[in-house]
Amino acid sequence: MTENRPALIDAIGLGRMFNDGTKALDRVTLNIPTGSFTSIVGPSGCGKSTLLRMLAGLDIPTAGALDWPDGRPAEGETGFVFQEATLLPWANVWDNIYLPLRLAGRSREAVTDDVEAAIRLVGLDGFEQSYPRQLSGGMKMRTSVARALVTKPRMLLMDEPFAALDEITRLRLNDDLLRIFDVQQCTIIFVTHSVFEAVYLSQRVVVMSRRPGRVVAGHTIDLPWPRLPALRTSAEFGKICRAVSDDLEKYGS
Amino acid sequence: MMDGEISEIGISKVTAPPILIGLGFLIFWEVAVRLFDVPPYVLPGPLLILATLWTDTGLLMGSLWITLKITLAALLAAALGGAGLAFVMSRAPWLERSLLPYAIVAQVTPIVAIAPLIIIWIDNDFAALVVCAWIVAFFPVLANTMAGLKSADRHLHDLFRLYWASRMQTQTLLEAPTALPYFLAGLRISGGLALIGAVVAEFVAGSGGAATGLAYRILEAGYRLQIPSLFAALVLLSLAGIAIYALLSWFSRWALRRCYGGED
Repeated sequence: MTENRPALIDAIGLGRMFNDGTKALDRVTLNIPTGSFTSIVGPSGCGKSTLLRMLAGLDIPTAGALDWPDGRPAEGETGFVFQEATLLPWANVWDNIYLPLRLAGRSREAVTDDVEAAIRLVGLDGFEQSYPRQLSGGMKMRTSVARALVTKPRMLLMDEPFAALDEITRLRLNDDLLRIFDVQQCTIIFVTHSVFEAVYLSQRVVVMSRRPGRVVAGHTIDLPWPRLPALRTSAEFGKICRAVSDDLEKYGS
Repeated sequence: MMDGEISEIGISKVTAPPILIGLGFLIFWEVAVRLFDVPPYVLPGPLLILATLWTDTGLLMGSLWITLKITLAALLAAALGGAGLAFVMSRAPWLERSLLPYAIVAQVTPIVAIAPLIIIWIDNDFAALVVCAWIVAFFPVLANTMAGLKSADRHLHDLFRLYWASRMQTQTLLEAPTALPYFLAGLRISGGLALIGAVVAEFVAGSGGAATGLAYRILEAGYRLQIPSLFAALVLLSLAGIAIYALLSWFSRWALRRCYGGED
């Protein structure tokens, strides 16, 4: 379902060498179709986060080329969700979600509808005035997701966003994310260390090797769409997870 | 950071021991002075000090007010100057490198040594004393605010970069709010230092100045061997110090609660 779409990102031979000589990434070649949901799995410290930061423009490759056939995303066209919710502790939910628009110089009044739409999208209605310290881990993460979506980005980068949450919250947020993906029509690149999460969410799973990180395998996930919770217990799902896990084990340890 | 309200039982448990110790000490003091017939010009008992405090109220309160005015003006200047300087220094590393050494010089030079110069240079006595107290008081605010401005979450910095925030936006919307608790902690320290600075400056100015703050009352009472008056002034100074600290603690709790959302 994604093969015929033009690429949003065309990364060829990306490398990243840190100042101390550590090689985080080595010859990463990656093609991300526009509008696709891609997950990246790999062992800890394989450079997944570094790769994501490069796509966000927060880090610069020291080798290779990062090509954007449709143009590099402009201001506000990239959303980023970190592993921690990374909220402003002195701002309530509404103001936290408003932040990207505020930084773009938009007035509160002009964007009220956008902020409230983002709040509804992640199911935080009624918590607009709550401060981060009054929220559960799951609600903080919802706020973080809403903040990333409020600018209606073309590309949403997520760096192990649900790793710190309990299982039940995580499964629920997975389903909500798929619903959001259907509504928002953006390209999502999702880094995780959970094979099950990757397979359940994605149209394509990319496996990276241990440091220095390289792309060692790609799996197109041909499971029915939309994904439904029952899928998690199906034999087909288990088979694909097995295959991804095998690759991860082969190259990851 | 915000421990909310303490229950009534908690308050008595927390505050009873120090109050009892204080009372016991005062009783012991009074009894000892009477028992050993210590003359009041050596050591007056607490009751005599209290009586002196009462009879000298008019004079002492006038002096207290002068000392407090100097302290509060110096504290205000320390808050604005310390935070402002920290903000300016955080604009660029070269600014910090250029200015910080001089802030440290001002901090480490004993105020008693430079106070006479300042009093000579600045014609207005009040202003001279405020400047002395300010030099003593501003550094904790400066150092704490600088540390606070640098302690913003790394990922939040990334977020601001992702949305192309200007340096000014990053400073005002991220670094300054992050620094607030640090600034307030520095301010609590500076409150006590401003009072110390004011008293030291008054001592140095002595009878030369027209200032008749509490420090001058202490000097005067010492010269005249009016030890109960000296003690009375001392008690007022301590109370002023405690009140300033309590007020600043209350203020910082209030400010933090306002910023980080009310109790839950």
